[in-house]
Amino acid sequence: MSHQNLRGWMYSAPSVLMMGLLLFGPLLAVLFISLTDWQLGQDSFSFTGLGNFRALFADAVFLKSLRNTCIYVLLVVSGTVILGLLVAILLESSDGLKGFYRTAHFVPVMAAASAMAVVWGTMLHPTIGLFNRVLHVFGYASISWLRDERTALLSLVVIGIWQGFGYAMVLFISGLKAVPQSLYDAAEVDGADGVVDRLRFVILPMMGPVLMFVVIVTAVRAFSVFDTVRVLTGGGPNYSTDVLLYRLYTESFDYLRTGYGAALTVVFLIIVVVLTLVQAKVMDKRVHYS
Amino acid sequence: MAAIDLLGIEKRYGATSVLKDVSLSIQDGEFLTLVGPSGCGKSTLLRIIAGLESADSGQVRIAGRDVAGDRPKQRNVAMVFQSYALYPHLTVFDNIVMPLRMQRLTSAQRFPLLGRLMPGRNRIEREIRAEGEEVAAMLGVGHLLERKPGQLSGGQRQRVALGRAMVRHPAAFLMDEPLSNLDAKLRVQMRTEIMSLHRELGTTFVYVTHDQAEAMTMSDRVAVMMDGELLQLAGPEQLYADPDDLRVAEMIGSPQINVIPAGMLAGAHRAAWGLPQEVATVAFRPERGSITQQSDATLNGVVSMSENLGADIFVHVRLDGDAGTVVVRTGADGPRHAAGEVVGVSVEGREVLWFDAGKKRIRRQDAEVLAA
Repeated sequence: MSHQNLRGWMYSAPSVLMMGLLLFGPLLAVLFISLTDWQLGQDSFSFTGLGNFRALFADAVFLKSLRNTCIYVLLVVSGTVILGLLVAILLESSDGLKGFYRTAHFVPVMAAASAMAVVWGTMLHPTIGLFNRVLHVFGYASISWLRDERTALLSLVVIGIWQGFGYAMVLFISGLKAVPQSLYDAAEVDGADGVVDRLRFVILPMMGPVLMFVVIVTAVRAFSVFDTVRVLTGGGPNYSTDVLLYRLYTESFDYLRTGYGAALTVVFLIIVVVLTLVQAKVMDKRVHYS
Repeated sequence: MAAIDLLGIEKRYGATSVLKDVSLSIQDGEFLTLVGPSGCGKSTLLRIIAGLESADSGQVRIAGRDVAGDRPKQRNVAMVFQSYALYPHLTVFDNIVMPLRMQRLTSAQRFPLLGRLMPGRNRIEREIRAEGEEVAAMLGVGHLLERKPGQLSGGQRQRVALGRAMVRHPAAFLMDEPLSNLDAKLRVQMRTEIMSLHRELGTTFVYVTHDQAEAMTMSDRVAVMMDGELLQLAGPEQLYADPDDLRVAEMIGSPQINVIPAGMLAGAHRAAWGLPQEVATVAFRPERGSITQQSDATLNGVVSMSENLGADIFVHVRLDGDAGTVVVRTGADGPRHAAGEVVGVSVEGREVLWFDAGKKRIRRQDAEVLAA
């Protein structure tokens, strides 16, 4: 190794060490544990090869949690992007109280997720909750939002969107500010002056990079949904709100099946990494950095 | 093709008045330039013609029809922007034919993918393609049709923007500083191209610029604007030789016209030039003065600098008694004047323009009428 190389390694040593210790080390450990039958606290373990993974994909509960997670991510991402963009455009085209509304919409992002989950839990309560009281006023029957298989996951989706769209909105506002006025003018002179045409020819293309960022960040965040599930439903009823990260937690820390949990973690990691790569690839082609 | 008439246009933003009672008639097929420093309201006036902004009062008529309440697309005007304003995600071809697609295809036919299945779309698309390709070929961007704007040079982008304007055969072209983002050499070349485009198309062109050289070389007539007011509307020669306002005289011409406060002139001078009492400022063009020996009949001073431009030399003379500096053009074959030389500047009385305290021009015959 040349003198210069050595010096380079010395300079980067702190970061390399930290990354190894905090990122790659645990990652390798998880990979290793996923191939064993180790249980937390036990002294001995034996290799089971891909046994954990085989068991995983034969497990109906895991498959259901995988399906739930995908539905949750799809709904939360589309809901967050659409609502965030809508609110951003409305806020940008209004004059008064802009700052107030911007802050108001951003508050959910700042609030502690588990605390907010408790608040939502109260509002969704079957008897004393705000939602059902409103339904009563209009003469409808109560709905057990979080105790009913049909509404539990959707309720979590709504909470997920509520938590995240403020963040998307702030990013979209910054993106909207970067759209040059002359492009709006050109579109108007060309005859593309309707809402849909303006969205299609000016706003969405110019927002490409921001849109890409928001979709990726929201998707990854939605994939790792945990707090609301843990606080509000505990994965029930009948596993209808069981999601990947909650399953991971239950297997590893409730049942102490660490090897099995590690296998689940590996699957989770692969999904998130693949998702990120695919999104970056697809969106890169459709993004126009001018 | 159409004439454009502006009648008493007023525009305010909050407390600031951007356009003050501007009236202006643009003839059919004319190349008219709005020139003025930034913030003079020329771009706002153009946007009001386009329908991108509305006037607070006054009337815009295109081809004799009051267009108040018409949206930009209904006015059938095309606009070219300083920043080109091309759609970055569309190809050159799609950019150029954008106005045609918006005009001729229904929103169902324009729907992504499914639109292709709508009846009649293919026939219209074929017509559009033929027209788009014709315009592109005319502007020399025919080989770039499949590129994206990001892959083009500034000059090519501005040609595409011109193509997008031409393809719809508009009643008028509105151009907002279209050459300001180009480098100096390309700018001069594009000037000629836009002029020949105007000759070929014979359409009304309204051109906004802050560059007096562009205004003078390209236009049939020039409208000089300042602080929201139209100062003078005339052909380039008349603007140069016979300005109505001191601010017009100062804006047009390079180097600037020489301006001397009348109070700084010696009595002998005032008599020699026959200046009436109400003249506050006198001005003369650099080529109207000549360097001579000092005498009572000349403006006396010291040479501060000689600018040699090859064919011409501009001699800067600092006048005695703090009367400012004047620039005199001399031929390259005449005698040279070094800095520090004591000289006189002689100007014929009839070459001197008179202006009153309000910067308005006082013409000799008017002054004589007043005196009589």
